[in-house]
Amino acid sequence: MEANYRDMDERLWNYIDGASEVAERSAIEQLIQTNTEWKAKYHELLEVNTLLQSSELEEPSLRFTKNVMEEIARLHIAPATRTYINKRVIWGIGIFFITLILGFLVYGFGQIDWSSSDGKMPVDFGKIDYSKLFSNTYVNVFIMFNVVVGLFFLDRYLANKRKKFREEI
Amino acid sequence: MPTGLNDSEIISKVLSGDQQAYAELVTRYQNYVFTLALRFTKNREDAEEVSQDIFIKAYRALADFKGNSKFSTWLYTIVNNTCITFLRKKKLQTHSLDKEGVFEVADSQDSGLRANQVEQKSKIAMVNNAIKMLGADDAEIITLFYKSEQSLEEIAEILGLETNTAKVRLHRARTRLKEKMQQHFSEEVKDIYN
Repeated sequence: MEANYRDMDERLWNYIDGASEVAERSAIEQLIQTNTEWKAKYHELLEVNTLLQSSELEEPSLRFTKNVMEEIARLHIAPATRTYINKRVIWGIGIFFITLILGFLVYGFGQIDWSSSDGKMPVDFGKIDYSKLFSNTYVNVFIMFNVVVGLFFLDRYLANKRKKFREEI
Repeated sequence: MPTGLNDSEIISKVLSGDQQAYAELVTRYQNYVFTLALRFTKNREDAEEVSQDIFIKAYRALADFKGNSKFSTWLYTIVNNTCITFLRKKKLQTHSLDKEGVFEVADSQDSGLRANQVEQKSKIAMVNNAIKMLGADDAEIITLFYKSEQSLEEIAEILGLETNTAKVRLHRARTRLKEKMQQHFSEEVKDIYN
């Protein structure tokens, strides 16, 4: 019963909003004309709709625009995001990481002795010596490189913040 | 003083360095933004502060407005995000405000209204009071739909929802509004329906 009422409400709101399909519209018009329950509900919702349309907006204080303009007088429009986010840089970073993953995969598969597997798993994951993997010079160089890049970006970020702070002063 | 320029023309002027042209946009949208902010904050001081913050953010980010949608749709996205952040900071509940305090306010408003003749103006006041009793989400979607000239597609974009979800949310908000009206302003509602 409640579901029927909800359905009726929803269909009538769609009709009032003008969001119903043509067939649905004529079906609802028919229902409003022939069914007293639908007719009463339609008028009820239509009245709420009319009241909502005539409800008033609230107004801020008279000084509002002046206050905003005083605030923005000290500010500058920030450059559009698209001007400082370079798509080539994003693509470059993406390609770098994909190449890195592919490199690891190729290197890893290259280490597997496929001929001695005899239908079993060619690698015994329990016997892998991970300490060797992380003491590898290439891995150390890679980690070092990332740390240097990280420090470089941190420096840039802090320098920008300092510059912005000085500008605001 | 209104210049008769449309939003895009004003934005072009502001972007080319005429900062004062922004005042026209503020004047044009201040009531919409303030009403929406008030739906969230529930008090005028906070709403005014949040509204100012919204216009300042919009000014700073104006270069990012690409003109793919209406300026108002873009602005209301900032309103929505800023108000949600404000509520998070204030740790207020965004959902239903069916609390004792609200009922007390409602009752006093109710008796105040009953004393008057139910004419169009008091009917509108009743609807406004009923909207104030709704949760921020419901009040926002109703305000966006009825007062801010936004289509359901635009409302969905502002709220980051699918159009159908926005539609269902609007239906539910209106149903809850009707319930509030029947609950707190039963006499006036009877007069309206009869």
